[in-house]
Amino acid sequence: MLYRENGQFKASYRSDQQVFPILQDRIAMVLLLVLAFVVIPLAASEYLFAAILIPFLVMSLAALGLNLLVGYCGQISLGGAAFMAVGAYGAYNFVMRVPGMPLVVALILGGVCAALFGMVFGLPSLRVKGLYLAVATLAAQFFSDWMFLRVRWLTVDSPSGVVGVSDLSVFGVPLESNVARYLFCLTVLVVLALAAKNLVRGAIGREWMAIRDMDVAAAVIGIRPMYAKLSAFAVSSFILGLAGAMWAFFYLGSWEPAAFGLDLSLELLFMIIIGGLGSIMGSFFGAAFIVAVPIVLNQLLPFLASLAGIAVTTTAASHAELIVFGALIVWFLIVEPHGLARLWSTGKEKLRLWPFPY
Amino acid sequence: MKRPISMLGAALVAGAALGAGGAWAQQVEQYVPLLTYRTGPYAPSGIPAANGMVDYFKLVNLRGGVNGVRLLVEECETGYDTARSVECYERMKTKNGGAVLIQPWSTGATFAISEKADADKIPVLTLGYGRGDAANGKVFKWVFPLAGNYQLGEDVIVQAIGAREGGLDKLAGKKIAVAYHDSAYGKETLPLLRKRAAMHGFQLIEVPLTPPGLEQKSAWLQIRRDRPDYIILRGYGVMTPTALKEAQSIGFARNRIYGSWWAGSEADTRDLGDNAKGYNAVALQGSANYDAKVIKDILAQLYDKRQGTAGNRDEVGEVLYVRGLMAALFTVEAIRTAQEHFKKAGQRVTGEEVRWALENLNITQQRIDELGFNAILRPIRTSCADHMGSYVARISTWDGKRWGISSDWMEANRALVDEVDNESSARYAKEHNITPRTCNE
Repeated sequence: MLYRENGQFKASYRSDQQVFPILQDRIAMVLLLVLAFVVIPLAASEYLFAAILIPFLVMSLAALGLNLLVGYCGQISLGGAAFMAVGAYGAYNFVMRVPGMPLVVALILGGVCAALFGMVFGLPSLRVKGLYLAVATLAAQFFSDWMFLRVRWLTVDSPSGVVGVSDLSVFGVPLESNVARYLFCLTVLVVLALAAKNLVRGAIGREWMAIRDMDVAAAVIGIRPMYAKLSAFAVSSFILGLAGAMWAFFYLGSWEPAAFGLDLSLELLFMIIIGGLGSIMGSFFGAAFIVAVPIVLNQLLPFLASLAGIAVTTTAASHAELIVFGALIVWFLIVEPHGLARLWSTGKEKLRLWPFPY
Repeated sequence: MKRPISMLGAALVAGAALGAGGAWAQQVEQYVPLLTYRTGPYAPSGIPAANGMVDYFKLVNLRGGVNGVRLLVEECETGYDTARSVECYERMKTKNGGAVLIQPWSTGATFAISEKADADKIPVLTLGYGRGDAANGKVFKWVFPLAGNYQLGEDVIVQAIGAREGGLDKLAGKKIAVAYHDSAYGKETLPLLRKRAAMHGFQLIEVPLTPPGLEQKSAWLQIRRDRPDYIILRGYGVMTPTALKEAQSIGFARNRIYGSWWAGSEADTRDLGDNAKGYNAVALQGSANYDAKVIKDILAQLYDKRQGTAGNRDEVGEVLYVRGLMAALFTVEAIRTAQEHFKKAGQRVTGEEVRWALENLNITQQRIDELGFNAILRPIRTSCADHMGSYVARISTWDGKRWGISSDWMEANRALVDEVDNESSARYAKEHNITPRTCNE
């Protein structure tokens, strides 16, 4: 009833090919952007920005990057955090070594470093597939761990191996407050999400999906596997590198190589699996799930227990949170193996028929 | 449909009843948030430290609080994860009137939180861990590594080895290997050790151990090949007992191994028992102590009345438990000093006031005896330029069953420790565009 396309006729190819062809979708998107850009900065507390919103934005970007590689191109990668680390340390080096380097340029150059690194470690994808490629990208993860610990040049000769940045500003506006950082991350995310959506709708995206679905057939009809796979690695690593630089600069402030360890790689993979492989929207859902649910559980479980009159120790709360989180992941994957994005699109399908059942 | 409503009603009534009661309803309370890790890979170290802190706060509250102000203690579980520590910090820093002191208990979290402490006006107390160079108060206004840092501990180890050889000059030509956790924590003291090696002519062999440290065979093969005379072990968590087992397998005498204070607690040696007998570790003031007055008070007033935090009475007096007591002691003394200086006895103090107090802390021997910490602490006196307050440490040794002090109080080479700290903090100041304060004393 609310979500029908009745009366929405398209008169040109351009209007037919837009990202949101349905009017209701466009209205919802505008409302969402108004909420994100205007309402939340005015209404949210400092804690919400620092602990939930900024991590959510940066992790969505990272999950988006990884989804392009794993979901759209079908190349399983366990090295997501390595690309983030290269982006972070790359941006740090540019900021430290080039006086007066603008922040945006440094972030982009960090992303470029990560893209180059990603292409190098994407070369195995030309020979191996599936689980074996996962192991090859795991090598990228361990290599990056080793590289940032042992090669002193990369941390600008920091004696303890910990590096940090401060006094960030873009176009003269200082990015010290949480609101400013939130808006900056949001802008970057919106721009890159739009770019990614258009990439996957275009020729490159179709090449990636062809490689994912049946790479031999794709090669037969004239898609060059090397070009498609390496471009997937490059674009994905660029976005991951940018996300890594933003994670380090805006969330951690001061970091060591352990901050980009294997745990983060696996977390990224979980985000896109739960959110939905091969879906831009899925990256957001997955990131929201992985970032927010542990924090919500951490505060909700003791609250619920206190309502029932039971005092819960922090240890018990922490263990219960892990149990519930794991159970939720299992339940979601049983209910919808294709992730939350599929649940969302199924919901939209039903909404088109609502209030009728069929 | 009736049942959910009546259940909800019952829950609301129960919640109201629980919330309204309480004898402390009119009490002035000072919020003390604690970042602890009772789960995760380093839980064996985190649990006794957390118990020590909470027990000391309970003791202070039993005695009437700080000039009548009750301490409201709340723990937040971090699992030693930096991101979770930052989230806990952000969540708790404005609750209940605001936090006035934060102790991260983790090097990674210290680096992340001390960036924010400046803007949030909350002093960071890093008892012997975190950034060693924060001892330089001119650059690090808000960070306080009280009672010693890693550099001091390492310096004392070198002095102890020198004393064992009959003098620091006798170290010329000897080989000292440093097996370190390959992270910021492990690498912090390498500059100081290199300087000492240059000063005394011993050869320093650097052996990085990859975290988490379960697989160390290749490193120990290298050590066996190089045949050092002594080993300095900067391990943490499971790395330390694995290292000691590897030392046993290559036949390296455990009494020639000196660990940092994170590598010198019961969690590291309990399982090895006699196999680790003779293993030494530096004790940055806190150390295992079962006889001090404060320990006896805690056992009598808390554990005898089943109010203690630790699950097991035997934990009271362990190395990290005592360290937790020390951490709590400094918190309480800082709050008390702030109250007395700013004429706010009986009221809440702010983060800025506690920062001043930490910078002007003067814990005399008399006060230490009063509080019952004799033989655990030495006098602490901080200043604007010196955020450490004391340059002494001792060596403790594992005798197969317990950790015991095996040396006198030794003072680190102040000039050397300050030189290393100042170099490192100067670099930090340059990176972050901080103009060092001029402390006019």
